[in-house]
Amino acid sequence: MRWRYFKQNVFFLMVRGSALCIALAIGAFLLYIFYHGVGAISWSFLTEPPRDSMTKGGIMPAILGTFYLTLGAISVALPLGILSAVYLNEYAKQGPAVRIIRIGVNCLAGVPSIVFGLFGLGLFVVYLHFGSSIASGALTLGFLILPTIIGASEEALKGVPSTFREASLALGVSKWQTILRIVLPNALPGILTGSILGIGRAAGETAPIMFTAAAFFTPLLPRSIFDQVMALPYHVYVLATAGTRIEETRPIQYGTIVVLVALVLGIDLIAIFIRSWIRKRKRW
Amino acid sequence: MDNDIIIQTRNVNFYYGSFRALTDVTMNFEKNRVTALIGPSGCGKSTLLRLLNRMNDLIDGTRVEGEILFEGKNIYEANVDPVEIRKRIGMVFQKPNPFPKSIFNNIIYGPRLAGTQNKRDLESLVEKSLKQASLWEEAKDILGQSAMALSGGQQQRLCIARALAMKPDVLLMDEPTSALDPISTAKIEDLIDELKKQYTIIIVTHNMQQAARVSDYTGFFYLGKLIEFNPTEKLFTNPDEKQTEDYITGRFG
Repeated sequence: MRWRYFKQNVFFLMVRGSALCIALAIGAFLLYIFYHGVGAISWSFLTEPPRDSMTKGGIMPAILGTFYLTLGAISVALPLGILSAVYLNEYAKQGPAVRIIRIGVNCLAGVPSIVFGLFGLGLFVVYLHFGSSIASGALTLGFLILPTIIGASEEALKGVPSTFREASLALGVSKWQTILRIVLPNALPGILTGSILGIGRAAGETAPIMFTAAAFFTPLLPRSIFDQVMALPYHVYVLATAGTRIEETRPIQYGTIVVLVALVLGIDLIAIFIRSWIRKRKRW
Repeated sequence: MDNDIIIQTRNVNFYYGSFRALTDVTMNFEKNRVTALIGPSGCGKSTLLRLLNRMNDLIDGTRVEGEILFEGKNIYEANVDPVEIRKRIGMVFQKPNPFPKSIFNNIIYGPRLAGTQNKRDLESLVEKSLKQASLWEEAKDILGQSAMALSGGQQQRLCIARALAMKPDVLLMDEPTSALDPISTAKIEDLIDELKKQYTIIIVTHNMQQAARVSDYTGFFYLGKLIEFNPTEKLFTNPDEKQTEDYITGRFG
């Protein structure tokens, strides 16, 4: 008996230890970033463009650029992703063809982001002559987060009880109307949660926008979707590796990271809140 | 006599993949009568019911042979739109399945999509349907509340009201009381009695007493075949077939 309790306690200790390790790692990382970066944050840091070879001034163009790119990515990926998920889950005859599409989507999720960057460079920047621009970057990011959105949407659609579909169809309502009026409204919260996580991913990625959208430095704000922009993750990369005075820009690097991390965490938090709110509301 | 037949099945075979669920089913359903389909689990009675409004279309890998005539026209012909069939042949399911909407919106969901837009028409339709389903007294003050907050029995009567709001000719009921308590069951059985004045009702039930109480005709199914189809009183008191007698006296099934 003793021995059994001992084994149990050892096991619990391991489980607790693992959880603690993860919490500590995240905590340490956030503490470190905020400790170094919070000093750089000020109103002017958030609202002014960089000055003096990016050693002074703010990161406003990068914040704005990341905002545009993310917005663009989500407006490409959300409709495409939802429609694909509706096709896969509601219309397509389950069989080899659908299985292959699903495997394709999953593969897409596992492709390294730099490959998306090169793909975007080849297709949008060069072949379609969009140049390095918001359009190219947003489309590239859109493809990057497409698997996330398709996955989340499919899960949400599967979560809608099939009895709702049957009830609607049995009333002589067409399949399309059933999807539009019953299935999608009930799946929407789940779809949105997944999409918000996609937004977080799009905002944080560097590799896909490196060749397709991000400018090393531009004091000008974009005037159209075919202009280059600065972006937060790329700005950090530039300051940390490619600048001429890396040491002097260190506080700005940390400050930029704080802004980026806060942005992504904030977006994830919104997703978590929406999800828990839905769980409370759901009653079928 | 033939004028009173609203639905006919002629030599119907039905397959799920290679499994034959129904074999050579031929039967007539009379207008404004209640017909009960009984038999042990897996005998094909629900399958037949779902063939009558083409709900089995939704399952991949199924196949129908033979004819199902609704008012003399084969509903499995290529030019027939199942959506139109389902508008005229309503269905109530085993488990109450209201939409997560208000009581009011549950009822107007079908009619509004079918083209009734006038607010006053919709309101009077809600009242009429709820009265027909004897839910009006309980629901008239809470029409704006979620249908999910109703009890199981109330939800099932709401589902009946929702089906009636489409003004169907036929109402198919797939074990409509199997998820309900005895009091709710009694209410639904009274309701069936009331509704048959205006509608043709076809009900699948596991409960033989229920079939005996509510129906005019009863069909007994076993292993995908229609064993016996007779007036309810005859089938339960003096069945033609030995198998029917064994089943209703509880010797198998």
